Amino acid sequence: MKYYLLSVITPSEGEPPSAEGLAEIGRNLETFHQELREAGAWVFAGGLHGPETATVLRPKGGDVLVTDGPYAEGKEYLGGICLIKAPDLDAALHWGRRATWATTLPIEVRPLMGEA
Amino acid sequence: MPLDIEAVFRAEYGRAVSVLVRFLGDIDLAEEAVQDAFTTAVRRWPETGVPPSPAGWIITTARNRAIDRLRREAKRDERQAEALLLHTRDAPPEEGPVRDERLRLIFTCCHPALAPQARVALTLRLLGGLTTEQIARAFLVPEPTMAGRLVRAKAKIRDARIPYRVPRDADLPDRLKGVLAVVYLIFNEGYGGSPELCTEAVRLGRLLTGLMPDEPEATGLLALMLLVESRRSARQDADGGLVPLPDQDRGRWDGALIAEGQGLVRRCLRRNHRGPYQIQAAIQAVHSDAPSADATDWGQILQLYDQLLALTPSPVVALNRAVAVAETEGPGAALGLVDVLDLDAYHVFHAVRADLLRRLGRHAEAGEAYEKAARRTGNPVERAYLERRRREIARP
Repeated sequence: MKYYLLSVITPSEGEPPSAEGLAEIGRNLETFHQELREAGAWVFAGGLHGPETATVLRPKGGDVLVTDGPYAEGKEYLGGICLIKAPDLDAALHWGRRATWATTLPIEVRPLMGEA
Repeated sequence: MPLDIEAVFRAEYGRAVSVLVRFLGDIDLAEEAVQDAFTTAVRRWPETGVPPSPAGWIITTARNRAIDRLRREAKRDERQAEALLLHTRDAPPEEGPVRDERLRLIFTCCHPALAPQARVALTLRLLGGLTTEQIARAFLVPEPTMAGRLVRAKAKIRDARIPYRVPRDADLPDRLKGVLAVVYLIFNEGYGGSPELCTEAVRLGRLLTGLMPDEPEATGLLALMLLVESRRSARQDADGGLVPLPDQDRGRWDGALIAEGQGLVRRCLRRNHRGPYQIQAAIQAVHSDAPSADATDWGQILQLYDQLLALTPSPVVALNRAVAVAETEGPGAALGLVDVLDLDAYHVFHAVRADLLRRLGRHAEAGEAYEKAARRTGNPVERAYLERRRREIARP
């Protein structure tokens, strides 16, 4: 088995979903996570607060520099993550597809190094 | 490489690599082992003669080479070697009949998670045994670019663990479509001037129809390629200039390829499970049937284009259909259909318009259209042909 990270790619601009839209996404995610658990593929999942809540630390000389804001401003940001266990990429893509339907957003699937 | 070994290489390289990938679980190791085995063959076969089962010999030798190599390297990476030596106990004994693992390999090479260019390159490299240099030359990219593309694709297969298997039934239709698209892309690339790619695409087409005889679209694609390929030598004049279909000397068409292609068209159409490749093959079969250009059954071709357009509505199909309309209803009717298509960047669009305008006696416009077409094609043979047409029309 391998671990795969599913990243939710959230647009920075444009209209966010309505309250009802969000509620439906929440319900769909709930179902998705339940399916992951039942299949034994679940490791962890969670949504992230927006990039404006981020803090970046950088090595500076022998010290660490602290700055407010995300590492890079972009048209998209990482909106949430889901770590799954899957035997191969086809299985991971199957879950990635489910995640795309649930979130209505693009999902990036990446393998973690090593074995699960 | 001596001729008989070269022939075995062409025919069996893909099969040997596919078996070794399954056995070793690693594409690079498999390629190395098979190349080692062929190097040994080049040394030994001239003395011993070609063995009764060349593929079996190559696979057994490659497997033994891989095991030797891994034993030697065992101290460096004990775990991998141990796992592998464990694995080798299940290995089939000697050169018995060889299982065909090529279907797994082609589905891995054409996996949708790989970039389309990488799918084509991997398929040619691993199943066709073409060198990186040959593939780079055919696709007009520098060799290091192509080498990088292959390395990245193989790394992704390994690191993301793209599976080595034929997809489940539920996924098969979509995945097969992807595989056929890669084969057809290789064929079309070859049509533009690299005949070895056409040969390779036909070989892959035969492999797929052999391994998946119940897939009518795979059969349809093979038929389409055979029928187009049957006209290869008639498509060029003595000076290497392009000869379009109506002007070709039909006596130079390859009768054996036509017979095979038409047989396949009949076989898959009988199943009545029509798809775009089968219909395109049927259109080519109608052309192949005609003893002369004038005797072409354009009514039937138009009907087939109607079916194709219904299945795959695209401006390119509509353009080809208009060519058939020009023959059944005249160039005026066809021009009306062509002019509404949004295909300005496509050289064939302008070439078709030019031809219709010429037939309508609108020579000045036809000349302009030939010029536009010539400017838009990347293929020197096509460009020369289009420029010749433009000059002919300028002369009163």
